[in-house]
Amino acid sequence: MAAEANTQAPLPSGQRSTAEVLRTVFGPVVQLFLFIIGSAVTLGLIVVLLALLQIGTRPDILTRTLTILPQVWIDGMVRGFLFATIALGYTMVYGVLEFINFAHGEIFMVGGVAGAAVGLFLANNELLKGMNGFFFVLLVVGVAMAVSGTLAVTVERVAYRPLRGAPRLVPLISAIGVSLVLQDLVRLMMTNSDLGFNARFNTPDFGKPIRLFEMTLGERPVPVILSPKALIFIVASIVMLVVLNYLVNATRLGKAIRATAQDMPTASLMGINVNRIVAMTFLIGGALGGAAGALFGLNVGTVNPYMGFIPGLKAFTAAVLGGIGNITGAMVGGVVLGFLEAFVASYLSLFTDGALSGAAYADIAAFSILILILIFRPSGLLGEATTQKV
Amino acid sequence: MTSTISSEGLWDRFRGMLSRGPTAYGFLGLYAAVCSWLLITNPRTSLSTDVVFVLLLLLLLFIYRSQVALPFRVGLVAILLGVIIPYFGTLNPFYIDVATQAGIFVALALGLNVVVGFAGLLDLGFVAFFAVGAYFWGILSTTQIAAFNPAWGPVPPILFYPFILLGLLLGAITGVLLGLPVLRLRGDYLAIVTLGFGEVIRVLANNLDRPINITNGSQGIRDIERPPLIFTDFVRGTLGWQLDDQQLYQQFFYFVVLLIVLVTVVIVSRLKLSRIGRAWEAIREDETAAIAQGIPLVRTKLLAFAVGASFAGAMGVVFASKQLFINPPTFDLLRSINILAMVILGGMGSIPGVILGAVLVTLLDLQLLPRTAAVLRDLQKSGVPIPEAFDPTQYQRLFFGLLLILMMIFRPSGIMPDERHKGELSEVAATRSRGRGEQDQQGGSEA
Repeated sequence: MAAEANTQAPLPSGQRSTAEVLRTVFGPVVQLFLFIIGSAVTLGLIVVLLALLQIGTRPDILTRTLTILPQVWIDGMVRGFLFATIALGYTMVYGVLEFINFAHGEIFMVGGVAGAAVGLFLANNELLKGMNGFFFVLLVVGVAMAVSGTLAVTVERVAYRPLRGAPRLVPLISAIGVSLVLQDLVRLMMTNSDLGFNARFNTPDFGKPIRLFEMTLGERPVPVILSPKALIFIVASIVMLVVLNYLVNATRLGKAIRATAQDMPTASLMGINVNRIVAMTFLIGGALGGAAGALFGLNVGTVNPYMGFIPGLKAFTAAVLGGIGNITGAMVGGVVLGFLEAFVASYLSLFTDGALSGAAYADIAAFSILILILIFRPSGLLGEATTQKV
Repeated sequence: MTSTISSEGLWDRFRGMLSRGPTAYGFLGLYAAVCSWLLITNPRTSLSTDVVFVLLLLLLLFIYRSQVALPFRVGLVAILLGVIIPYFGTLNPFYIDVATQAGIFVALALGLNVVVGFAGLLDLGFVAFFAVGAYFWGILSTTQIAAFNPAWGPVPPILFYPFILLGLLLGAITGVLLGLPVLRLRGDYLAIVTLGFGEVIRVLANNLDRPINITNGSQGIRDIERPPLIFTDFVRGTLGWQLDDQQLYQQFFYFVVLLIVLVTVVIVSRLKLSRIGRAWEAIREDETAAIAQGIPLVRTKLLAFAVGASFAGAMGVVFASKQLFINPPTFDLLRSINILAMVILGGMGSIPGVILGAVLVTLLDLQLLPRTAAVLRDLQKSGVPIPEAFDPTQYQRLFFGLLLILMMIFRPSGIMPDERHKGELSEVAATRSRGRGEQDQQGGSEA
C-alpha cells in the first residue's frame, strides 16, 4: 500500500497474534456495550425514581413509566447508533486535521437521498416487490456509502485542501459554505426529479414487527415490539463499527491514519503520503455518514435535503461528549447522547403532565449537554486533556 | 508585462484625476446631480431605476475613497442620505424600504464584525441576540404581556426610545451569559455552541406557547406597536408635505436606522483604535502571545461578545417595531449566515468593508435575486432549458454558500480588507507554499 512507504522488513510489533488483533478490534466494542448497558440502567433507574416521587399525586405514573421503558431503550439504541456512526466522521477528520467538518451533516443527508433514489429506481422498475430484504439493505447502503464517500473526498479536495495551514476560521467558514451549497444543490436536484422535496423511501416488505416478549403490568399484558427496520439499523451499525475498528486498529492503513493524526509532519517524514491519508479519512468518514443516512432514511421512511443539519449538530455534540478525536469516544458519546435524548423525548411530557412537549425539548437537551460538557469536562468522557501546542 | 504597467499607469492617473483636485469636485457633484435627477424624474420600480439606485449607493463609496475636502464630502453624503433618498422614498416606497433594511443589516454586520472581525471569535448564532431584542419589544408592547400577569397591559408606545437602550442592555446580558461558559474554549467549539444557541432560541420561540403563552409559538406576534409620530404636525403643517401615516413611518424608521448606523459607526471605529480594540486584535492574531502581554483573555473576549450582542439586541427592538410582526422563522440560521456573509464579503475587521458588504448582500437579496428570477422566467417562456423549479430567490443558501467558499479560497481578507488584518491572512499564501511542517517547526523553535 502506497500509504505506507516503509519498505523495510516489518518491525516485530507489526506482526501481531490473532488474539491481539481480536482484542484491539473488539475491545472498543465491549467498552461500547458496557456504556450502552450503563446508560440504559442509570437512566432507567432515574425515571423510576422520578416516577416514585410523583406517585403520591398520580398513582398510575409508575405503571406508565415502566410500560414505555423497553420501547425507550430500543429508541435510545437506534438514536445512539445513528449519532455514533455520524460522529465517527467528525472525530476522524478532527483527529487528522484538527478541523470541524461542518458539512458532514450534509454528507449524511446525501447518503439518505442516494438511498431513497435507489429505492425509487427499484420501485419504478417493479423490482422491489419480491426483493430479498437483506439484499436490498446491502444494495442501498452500498450505493449510499459510495456516493457519500466520493462526495466527501471531492469536497475535501475542492474546498478544504487549498486552505490547509490557514487560520482556523478560514476552513471552518468554507465548510459552512459547503454545507449550504450541498443543501440547496440536493434540493434543486430532488425537486427537479421524481423524488420531490420530501422523498418517500421505498422499501420491500420487511415483515411484521417482532414481538420480543410480553410484560404483565396491571391488568393486561404489554408486548415489547422491535420493528424490523430498527433491528436492521442496530445490526448494520454494529457491523460497521466493528469493521471500522478493525480498519483503524489492525491494518497498515489504520496505522498510517493514526500516525497522521498524532503528528502530521513527522508522519510525512516517515514516508506516509499525508494528502492520501487525509483523503482516505474523508472517504471512510463520508462512507460511514452515507450509510447512516441511508439507514436513517430507511428507518424513518422519508428524506429531505435539510434533514442532515440537526443530526449533524447532535453527532458533533456526541463527538465532543466522547472526546473529540477519539474513535471509541465518538461511539460511546453517540450512544450516551442517544439514550439521553430518547429519555427526554419520551418522559418529559409524561413527568410534566403534557405541559412541555418532549420532542421539541429533546433538541434543547442535547445542546445543553454540549454546553455543560464544554464547561466541566472539555476533553469529553474518554478524551485526554490536551494542551495547546505553541 | 510592459503593457499592463502602462495601462495601470493610465488607470491610476484616471483614478487620481477623479479622486483629487478640482476635477474630483466636478465629477462627484455632477455624478450626484445626474443620479438624483434620474431617480426623482423616473421613480417607477424597474430595472433602470434599480441600476441608478445602485449607482447612487456606489457614489457613497467613491466619496469615501476620494481625497477632497472633508466638509465637501460630509455635505454631499448628508444631502444624499438625508434629502435625496428620503424624498425619493416618498415617490417610491420600495427603495426607501430597501435602504432601511440595508441600514438595519449594516448595524448588525458592524456588531458581528466586532466579534468575528476584531476579536476573531466565530459566532454562528448572532441572530439569537437579534431575536432576543425583537421578542423583548414584541412581547412587552402587545397584549402578549398579559400571559405573565393578566393585570399588566402593554407598555405605552412612546417607551420605544428607552427600549432601544434596554434592548442594548438585554443583548449585552445575553451575550455575557452565553459567552461566560464557552469563551474559555477554543474558537471552533465556540462556533458550534453559538450555532446550537441560535437553534435553541428559535426552538424556544417556537415552543414557549405552552404551558404559559409567552411567544405565541409558531404563530408569531402580530400588531407590534410603533412609536407615536410626534412630528406629524411639523411635517404636514410647517413643511406642507401631505404624506400619509404609512409614508411617515417609512421616513421615520429610515431616519432612526440612519441615526443608529451613524452612532454605531462612530462607536465601532473609536473602539477599534482604543486599547480594547488593540487587545481584541492581539487575541485574534495570537492568543498565547496576548496572554503573555498581560491581556485578560476571557474578560476581553467577553467584552467583544457583549458589544456585538448589544448592537443586535438594540436593532432587534427597531426591527420588531418596523416589521409589526415577528415569528420564529425570521430568526433562523440562514439569517445568521447572511450577516456572516456580509462581514466576510466586505472584509473581516474593516469597517467600510463591512458596510459595503452589508449593502451589497441586502441588494443581492432584495433586488438582484428577484430581478434574476424574473429574467429566468422570461427565458423559460422563450424556451431556454432552465429547470422549472429553479427560482433564484429560493436558493439563497446556494449563493451565500458559494460566496463563502470562493471568498475563503481566493480572497479571505474581503473586498475592502482591513490593513492590519490583511497581514495575517496573506500569510496563508506564504504558509501554503512553505508547507505545514515547516510552520510547526518554526513554532517549536520559537517556544
